[in-house]
Amino acid sequence: MSALAERARDAPLVATGTASRLLPRDSREDISWSTHLERYGPLPPLAGHGESLLSEVERSGLTGRGGAGFPTSVKLRAVASRGSAVVVANGTEGEPASAKDAVLMAHNPHLVIDGVLAAAAAVGARKAIIALSRRASTSAAQLTRALAERPGPAQAIRIAGVPDRFVAGEESALVHWLNGGPAKPTFTPPRPFERGVDGRPTLVQNVETLANIGLIARFGADWFRSTGTRSEPGTALVTVRGAVARAGVLETGLGAPVRDLIDRCGGLAAPPQALLMGGYFGSWLPAPVALDVPLSTEGLRQHGASLGARTIVVLGRDACGIAESARITRYLAGESAGQCGPCVFGLPAVADALEIVASAGDGVSAALDRLPRLGAQIAGRGACHHPDGALELVSSALRVFAAEVELHRRGACSAPAAAPLLPTHRERSDWR
Amino acid sequence: MTHELRVDPILCDAHGHCAELLPELIRRDEWGYPILSASAVPVELTEDARRAVSSCPRMALLLERRD
Amino acid sequence: MAVWYLMRASGVTTTLLLTAVFALGVATTKRWHPSRLPRFVTVALHRNVSLLAVVFLALHIGTAVADPYAHVGLLAAVVPFTAGRRALWVGLGAASLDLVAALVVTSLLRRHVGLRTWRIVHWAAYLVWPLALTHGLGIGSDAGALWLQTVNAVCIAFVAFVVLWRLRGAGAGTKHVERTRAGRAVTEPEAA
Repeated sequence: MSALAERARDAPLVATGTASRLLPRDSREDISWSTHLERYGPLPPLAGHGESLLSEVERSGLTGRGGAGFPTSVKLRAVASRGSAVVVANGTEGEPASAKDAVLMAHNPHLVIDGVLAAAAAVGARKAIIALSRRASTSAAQLTRALAERPGPAQAIRIAGVPDRFVAGEESALVHWLNGGPAKPTFTPPRPFERGVDGRPTLVQNVETLANIGLIARFGADWFRSTGTRSEPGTALVTVRGAVARAGVLETGLGAPVRDLIDRCGGLAAPPQALLMGGYFGSWLPAPVALDVPLSTEGLRQHGASLGARTIVVLGRDACGIAESARITRYLAGESAGQCGPCVFGLPAVADALEIVASAGDGVSAALDRLPRLGAQIAGRGACHHPDGALELVSSALRVFAAEVELHRRGACSAPAAAPLLPTHRERSDWR
Repeated sequence: MTHELRVDPILCDAHGHCAELLPELIRRDEWGYPILSASAVPVELTEDARRAVSSCPRMALLLERRD
Repeated sequence: MAVWYLMRASGVTTTLLLTAVFALGVATTKRWHPSRLPRFVTVALHRNVSLLAVVFLALHIGTAVADPYAHVGLLAAVVPFTAGRRALWVGLGAASLDLVAALVVTSLLRRHVGLRTWRIVHWAAYLVWPLALTHGLGIGSDAGALWLQTVNAVCIAFVAFVVLWRLRGAGAGTKHVERTRAGRAVTEPEAA
């Protein structure tokens, strides 16, 4: 069992299983470069093959694994067309419940580096940075060691330790920090692909997406599409935690029902109430619905949810969904970059109201009336999507836990003494 | 040629001039920050929009051309 | 002779107007507005009075250059400390003029010069008033006259008050959101 993912207290394990392109078949496998080459073969020559690599990524249908799910080739072409580019591998993983990037970087650093080199060749970049959280010391160590093993262009890749804040991984915030500022989002346009690090067109891509590029460069689009769904081919890393027997990071083709992933985690540890799909900007789904949902963008969209940060948290029946959501909302309010009025004033007000509802004391009805009015004033009015993501969580909580809300209106709670489930950061770093 | 209004929420510091000068399109939330009821500016309000943009002490209101 | 009087009168008027501009600029930052008047009036007045000040400043410099007794060439009026006689005092005036010119240009072309440039020049704007006032005090045209001494004293007292007002209050000039973060001791902007 691997203990290498720093993000979570309960060390998620690397599950072996059906699909294993990105994660090793055995978590005890060594990750030296020679082993890496034995498993995957060498990277093909990259110099001068940028255009063919771009076409291959386009044909592969690869979409971003960072949360937005944007078609990767579109991003690559936008940067490539502008010249003098920079590649930033985003391994910051600000989402506390997610561990997939940490696990990937710790267990397959060479594939991430392959992806960085391939993307750099595709967009014509001569500068590349792998950005990860300052706290992720093991990932940093593994990447540093892996880089040291490789001659040539890999030597130019720099590793940067980013402040440990929720929004620090937002692409404009990351670029802002790399340019010497605080890790806070900036007003866009211009977006990083137009003007980013050092004012140059910058490709910001999740480390898992880049790892997939490293595979496509070797094995091509048809191979890549041989698993997954037609609209979301390839494999995906998913973090599963909460009321399951063994929390972990799994690699899976998308499209399979969520229940399959739960089974691979040893099954449920307790009768489930609801699942949080997509991390802290995601949505709750009631357990009976969630377990049978195909894990894909389309499958989730039909229930008003999305893949998001590819994190699934199972909430048992012995917990209060409103209390958990109130805790997370308070956390998100504290993680505001503090730049935009509606977020700085609005999110704490939403957290206040939700906490009143969670307390099941006086003022629950007034707080419930206040919430939609607050939401209408906050949505879409920040420089980034932080407030919108938080509102999504809150509105899905009120929907899915409606019965609990009614109970709270009458002054009762089904799980008043439940221990907190969803993780938040231990200590907060500053913004620089 | 039409114009669109946008607020830079990072620069904005809730001075409130824009809502006074262009109340047809801008009102303030409960904390004083501007809410745009629409981004497209009707032709007859273009001059007022320019005045609102010019009056902002933080240059947080933007009027952009849309052809 | 008329030119001489016009030069001095326009100079004093400019000082008074610059005092008003200074106060209105600080008032904009402090969000002060005469009650019953809308908020935008303060910044609008600041701008309009500053343009008026530029008019009187232009008159002051034009008459100073034109006046044979003043011995101030055009170059000396614009480039600090190049005047022959009383280079220091004329120079202070020239420096003040140069700053005013920079302010006017960057403000009229605000959207094109960009926020950072505009802000830097506007911070330098705080120097305009002391430069102008010191120029007036030292240039000696009417320095002894009681009326001028009174005008100067009033302007100085007013600016001193405004400066104290500016410096008072938790980080006056920082954004509302920053003061909230500092501990919720915030002057909330009134809701519409």
